[in-house]
Amino acid sequence: MADLSLNAPLNRQSRRQLIGTMAFYIVATIIAVLFLLPMIWSVANSFKPPAEALANPLALFSKAFSLDNYRRLEGVGAGWYVYVGNSLMIAAGTVLLTVLIAVPAGYGFSKFRFPGQIVLFVLIMATMMIPFQSILTPLFLILKALRLQNSLVGLVLIYTTFQLPFSIFMMRNAFDAVPKALIEAARIDGASQWTILRRIMIPIAFPGVATVALFAFLNSWNEFLAALIFLSDQNKFTLPIMLVNVSSGIYGIIDWGALQAGVTVTMIPCLILFLLLQRYYVRGMTAGAVK
Amino acid sequence: MTVPLDQPAPHTREPHQWLGAFFIVPSLIMIGVFFIVPLLMTVWMSLHDWPLLGRSSFIGLGNFVEIMGDSQLWNSVGFTMLYTVLVTLALFAVAFPLALLVDRPLRAAGFFRTIYFMPVVIGFGAASTLWLWLLNPDSGVFAQLLRSLHLVSAAPRPIESFWPALGVIILMVVWKSAGFTMVILLTGLQSVPGEIIEAAKIDGANAWSRFRNITLPLMRNSVLLALVLNVTSSMLAFDQFFVITQGGPQNSTITAVFQIYLASFSSYRLGYGSALSLVLLVVLVAISSIQLAFLRTRPEES
Repeated sequence: MADLSLNAPLNRQSRRQLIGTMAFYIVATIIAVLFLLPMIWSVANSFKPPAEALANPLALFSKAFSLDNYRRLEGVGAGWYVYVGNSLMIAAGTVLLTVLIAVPAGYGFSKFRFPGQIVLFVLIMATMMIPFQSILTPLFLILKALRLQNSLVGLVLIYTTFQLPFSIFMMRNAFDAVPKALIEAARIDGASQWTILRRIMIPIAFPGVATVALFAFLNSWNEFLAALIFLSDQNKFTLPIMLVNVSSGIYGIIDWGALQAGVTVTMIPCLILFLLLQRYYVRGMTAGAVK
Repeated sequence: MTVPLDQPAPHTREPHQWLGAFFIVPSLIMIGVFFIVPLLMTVWMSLHDWPLLGRSSFIGLGNFVEIMGDSQLWNSVGFTMLYTVLVTLALFAVAFPLALLVDRPLRAAGFFRTIYFMPVVIGFGAASTLWLWLLNPDSGVFAQLLRSLHLVSAAPRPIESFWPALGVIILMVVWKSAGFTMVILLTGLQSVPGEIIEAAKIDGANAWSRFRNITLPLMRNSVLLALVLNVTSSMLAFDQFFVITQGGPQNSTITAVFQIYLASFSSYRLGYGSALSLVLLVVLVAISSIQLAFLRTRPEES
């Protein structure tokens, strides 16, 4: 008797919970489809023969698989793989230089005390408040003076500089997480400064390095305005600039198929990297949120 | 045997503290050359008439006087603010329900979070060209969709008039950035202790009043942070207007950064462009400072 009276409301509650969970799945799935569809449409249409894409852009699968759009993208400017190469070189250069500069800087700010340290750190962090869009005009003149305008190296230097404040902040936090006692113990055991850095510091700080590298890659791969301003030679363009050139068309006619192929080539690497390294991305975002 | 006792053996010695300064030198050079110097140059150049070729001449506050009377500029400032207000409202209207939706201890909730976040990581340039295709009246998905549902007879051309153009760009930005705001709001939601909610439940508070009186005040910092990040990034919008509307129709969708781009790199009036940059910089630093002040004076729960 007692059992029954206790069970009745429990059942009702668990049924309500079940309905709630089912409603969640239905609503969440519909929204997920809405978020995914633009990307899926773009990829699907990039592999359709032009006539079919024009007749039925909504179809997610086409009967005929075609690489025509990608082939036509070879005829755009210097050809799309030149632009993929440029974007890759810029992204790789930015990742490498950012890590090479931000890791020692974070180490220096975290594990050493020297005069002027706090002032310098605050100064570097303060540059995060200043939008890079507002210094592009003089940067144009500086690159010209250094003979680095219209060069991938110049763009790498600029992207690296824009990444540094966030990256130094991440790396200092990462090195702060290494307990002092651990370093002392290693030192007493006779480990050299270099060994301590290589065997203790870097492994513990590694997630920070991954976060810094991931953001440097995504931001330099996707950056648009500075690339638009500083690159004028069509052999030097990055993927976003190539996309704009395709989308402005030739004699007013836009090759939508080639554009979809270009969009696909540009966005897929970002999506793959994000899905693989998601937890490092979230780390960077929450660190930014606390800053 | 005259080694002083206070001098430890070489291999156990603490590294020299000035070594730290050595480690940060490369970063200082980079930030100095490519950030601090251009920053100072912006101020200097804003006081000059500075063409790309030829000599620059000092004109004092001439550029700023010109800014006061530049009606095209003020139109773009007005448009940037209108866009910022509308897109921020739209983002919150979508991201808040999304955050509440995926804030549950289900494995699947994490899966959905990932999906909603995906458009954030593709660049604004790629996203804008993608939407340019979605929106085009000839082979675009939207035109096709509306026609096949018999909602319209002729394909709509949203980017050819002002409000529809602004509307579809806001829609695109919401698709692209709602996931970002959602994650920030989610960190706020998850910082609210479950016991407080449980206690309120026992006290008979309904879902809305629990949210209104407990959750929302406790996640104030996250809301504020999402607000400031959305406002600052919207004030700096450029890519989507350059790609999708190209500033049109009749220059009605030119934003502040677009205006700087036109002054410096289309008319090659570098001095005037610098003056515009300086004004933008002051406005954005002010917004960020207000944010910092808020976060400092009102520490979050704990």
